[in-house]
Amino acid sequence: MTPATTSVIRIRDLSTRFGDVWIHKGVELDIARGEMVSLVGGSGSGKTTLLRLMIGLLTPTRGSIEIFGEPLFGGGLLRERALRRRFGVLFQHGALFSAFSVFDNIAFPLRELKLYDDATIHDLVMLKLSMVELLPRHARLTPSELSGGMVKRVALARALALEPELLLLDEPTAGLDPDRSDSFVRLIRMLGEELGLTVVLVTHDLDTLAALSTKVAVLSDQRILAYGTTDEIIRFDHPFIRNFFLSDRSVRALQSSGLVVLPH
Amino acid sequence: MVEVISTTQIECIVLEDGSRSVKLAGRWTLATTSARAELLLKELSIHAQSAATWDCLGVEALDSAGAMLFWRAWGRVLPGSLLIGPEHLRVFERIALADREPRLRAVPKSPLESVINLGSATIGVGRHLLDFVMLIGQLVMDVMHVLRYPADLPRKEISANLYKAGVRAMPVTALVGFLIGVVLSYLSALQLKQFGADVYIVNIIGLGIVRELGPVLVAILVAGRSGSAMTAQLGVMRVTEEIDALSTMGVSRGLRLVLPKVLALIIAMPLLVLWTTAIALAGGMVAAQFQLDISYGFFFQTLPRVVPVANLWIGLSKGAVFGMFVALVACHFGLRVRPNTESLSANTTASVVSAITVVIIIDAIFAMSTRSIGLPG
Repeated sequence: MTPATTSVIRIRDLSTRFGDVWIHKGVELDIARGEMVSLVGGSGSGKTTLLRLMIGLLTPTRGSIEIFGEPLFGGGLLRERALRRRFGVLFQHGALFSAFSVFDNIAFPLRELKLYDDATIHDLVMLKLSMVELLPRHARLTPSELSGGMVKRVALARALALEPELLLLDEPTAGLDPDRSDSFVRLIRMLGEELGLTVVLVTHDLDTLAALSTKVAVLSDQRILAYGTTDEIIRFDHPFIRNFFLSDRSVRALQSSGLVVLPH
Repeated sequence: MVEVISTTQIECIVLEDGSRSVKLAGRWTLATTSARAELLLKELSIHAQSAATWDCLGVEALDSAGAMLFWRAWGRVLPGSLLIGPEHLRVFERIALADREPRLRAVPKSPLESVINLGSATIGVGRHLLDFVMLIGQLVMDVMHVLRYPADLPRKEISANLYKAGVRAMPVTALVGFLIGVVLSYLSALQLKQFGADVYIVNIIGLGIVRELGPVLVAILVAGRSGSAMTAQLGVMRVTEEIDALSTMGVSRGLRLVLPKVLALIIAMPLLVLWTTAIALAGGMVAAQFQLDISYGFFFQTLPRVVPVANLWIGLSKGAVFGMFVALVACHFGLRVRPNTESLSANTTASVVSAITVVIIIDAIFAMSTRSIGLPG
């Protein structure tokens, strides 16, 4: 058995500065395998920046981030590439390659491996399409012909192409209507459970948070204010959390998902 | 009893007890199988021909890439006798579900494909011309509108475009103009020396630069510099739906985006032509002094005598016309960009190439229609 105790993501004393502004100061976070963690925070609190740091698109000013127990940077291109292939990212606007068809978008990471023949790639792409509940005929469309919900699904299929163990989602339901948003959340949840994924998502949508997360990390005052189950977080007394979780709208969203909210 | 030692890899074991059975174990994931996918598939296929039972209970990890190997070896159906954990069976169910979708069929090739291609290319060219004519028509209407409502003249945009396409182009046109003047003068000097016709250097570079080289040189530089920038700008605005946003606010794209660019280049180009011509002549003068000992004073005295001022007017009006067409072509291609990166790059390339081609064609028309003006003899 592989030890399940190691963290998938381990952040230690992370600080980030843009110009004169400190975005993070001493962020510490451990995400265990199999968790679905929602990262929440006020706008401008550095949620997306933290996600981009985890992906390795940004380097922290100070501190360290380890993914699967390995540092993100260093050790040569091959090691970095091997590590990066173990996680998939769903960008907020999909970030599909606009010049490629849906098929080629999903096939791209598989072709980059340079190990599979066309027939295998075709089979795998069609499988991914069906996993995100799209039809084979959608494969020929180009990103500009897709609706917002379909863009997200194709982007998810592409993120899953290399069978990642960790999935990072930036605002997965932003820009979707409540109906599509619900079905997309259900899809992520189902795939996450079936594939045994560790999921980290940035969101400010409480419905998404309540439906998906096993744990919540609250980013405020430049650090992780609290990390725990939704229930634990709600009981945490802090102005931001009261504001975020206990407004009328939030209470409705949380109650409808079956979580009981005690008014402070 | 067969010992299956589960490493991170695979064990394919054939049991011989009347019927054959294949025991699979280890980790069947993309990470472990992708490097040897073809080999594994071949091995599995060989077993699939004879095996009666498949035992997958020893499999520790199975993802869709690994499962796809089994699936293909089994001929895209689950084998009759299969021992497998429920969570792994789920992976195969997913593949079976995907297989049940109608297959993506290749579009059949028509035997008349070459005819169709020719036809659609012709239609494409026709559509280009039509669009271009419509763009010019729209421009004329916008100009009429501005004449009636002068307050609608996009002054700031024109000024910004003048600065970007005109003022910022001055250093590069000066550098290129100066060097071309030097080169032209130097080459001509070598020839003229042989005939003792040194003084005609002023005629050659004077006429050549003022009438021909100055305007064409500037037009090509501006097409490459500002034309491409305009196409890319409009193209990205199309991609990001900014142009749609403008029109919903009741702002005419012709008035706000096309007109300022065209007007700015019509104004800026003659000025750039004047500037570049002057510097190119200076370059020619310097080279003539070095090569043929022709003094600056003599050059200045002779120039107005051998190059009638009509040539300058021709050069400047060419500049204005070139400027208009460079801007129009740039806008035409910019507004055709479709929302993908490939289309953006193709249209930007097409914009610059077409603008330069159009400039040369117009130059030829100018040369023919002005052949009796401003030429001595």
